[in-house]
Amino acid sequence: MSYETPEHLLYTTDHEWLQRDDERPDEVTIGITDFAQEQVGDVVYLELPAAGSALTAGEPFGEIESAKTVAELFAPIGGELIAVNAELEERPELVNESPYDDGWIVRVRMSRPAELDGLLNVHAYRELIVEDER
Amino acid sequence: MRDVVLTQLALRERHLARGARFAPFAGWEMPLQYEGIVSEHRAVRERVGLFDVSHLARVWLRGPEAAARLRSVTTYDVTSLPEGAAHYSLYCNAAGGIEDDVFIYHLPDQRWLVIHNAANAERDLERLRAVAGQDAADVTAETVLLAVQGPQAIELLNRVLGEAVTTLQPRGCVELAWRDTRVLVARTGYTGEDGGECVIGIEHAEALWDALLAGGATPAGLGARDTLRLEAALPLHGNDIDPTTHPYEAGLGFAVSLDDGAPFTGREALVEAKSRPASYGCVAHLSARARGVLRRGYEVREPGADVSLSQLTSGGHSPSLRLGIGMAYLPATLAKPGVMLEVDVRGRALPVEVVRRPFYRKPTG
Repeated sequence: MSYETPEHLLYTTDHEWLQRDDERPDEVTIGITDFAQEQVGDVVYLELPAAGSALTAGEPFGEIESAKTVAELFAPIGGELIAVNAELEERPELVNESPYDDGWIVRVRMSRPAELDGLLNVHAYRELIVEDER
Repeated sequence: MRDVVLTQLALRERHLARGARFAPFAGWEMPLQYEGIVSEHRAVRERVGLFDVSHLARVWLRGPEAAARLRSVTTYDVTSLPEGAAHYSLYCNAAGGIEDDVFIYHLPDQRWLVIHNAANAERDLERLRAVAGQDAADVTAETVLLAVQGPQAIELLNRVLGEAVTTLQPRGCVELAWRDTRVLVARTGYTGEDGGECVIGIEHAEALWDALLAGGATPAGLGARDTLRLEAALPLHGNDIDPTTHPYEAGLGFAVSLDDGAPFTGREALVEAKSRPASYGCVAHLSARARGVLRRGYEVREPGADVSLSQLTSGGHSPSLRLGIGMAYLPATLAKPGVMLEVDVRGRALPVEVVRRPFYRKPTG
């Protein structure tokens, strides 16, 4: 099985991705990876906090419900949640269909952008997937 | 811990070729999904899906005593079941608790086929052996059971197996010559859709699987089977019914015949249960009134109350209705359509309404 892993993203060991904003260096968009959406299966509902909520790095901040299971979302970095993908309310399946684009989940204004240094680059993440598949 | 060696399906290679993801279920390694639970679910609701449910045990009883022997251990009066018909029935214990739910098919020449749940297969076979000895013939290992379900299922079976399928009444069954073998086809299923179930010898099963797929069926796994049966409000033994629940509280009185007076295991307890007003436990069907998914084991309570009434025996997301649905046993006063309750979804109170069953009914006309 091969999974999409775009070069320009950062990744976590929880199979989430982060995209930095070129114009606003303290903001990131977060979603789950192609590998993660395949493992979770058909997403039917996301339980997410409201914009304005505080996120703590490493702590769960939401839940993804699929047809077969429920998985927690972990905050890869700390900060303030500034937007939730409202499209997912009506079309949660976007997380499966377009995990890196229309299926983005939240935008966060980081309190400590240096936390990004602890994340995986695409090469490290690709190795992680190979290991997790074994 | 004992080592669990999973039984493999005869059509395993066929499932792998369609990208199946497997999961253990009742001692079998079963396809959980192929493309995805929701798309398989929709294929069954809108077109036609194909399930390999060969984990369900198949046992034949034959001979002039077969009907009476079956009657003595099951709740439904099969002696009144005409040839070419099938009926849902139960094995109960002496206390009236449901040991398993089964389908019984009456074929010509005093032959009866009984289909058991995989998890109960050994004990069910013992129950039949206790009354029929070696006349109870388990053919689970030699046959394959394929379920073809959906609004286009009968038309597909008609094209693949022959026109006799079209003449089958609901719950009718017939044996058909197909290529150089015979297939038992019944107009039954577990999805809330029209469709059929086919029993065929292992050596011809791949050909039938291939023909049904070539005819347009979408392979569907246990994941979709569960969401489909839940929308249809059909109970799953081991979840919604078990040896501690009796048929009346589970809404399965239609599977119990008392009027013929014939003795069967559990009869006395069921006569008593039927005469008693169901005050303590009634199966209720709960539909979420806010976004969220209901899951088995979640607590059900009255709005704002601290104490739990019971736990969901089944729960999930309904792909057809796009909301959470579940089943629970509730006091009779609360198990009424329109009653508002709440379910504890991992600390969040999700409002639910008791609704009539089934959750999903196929459009008519």
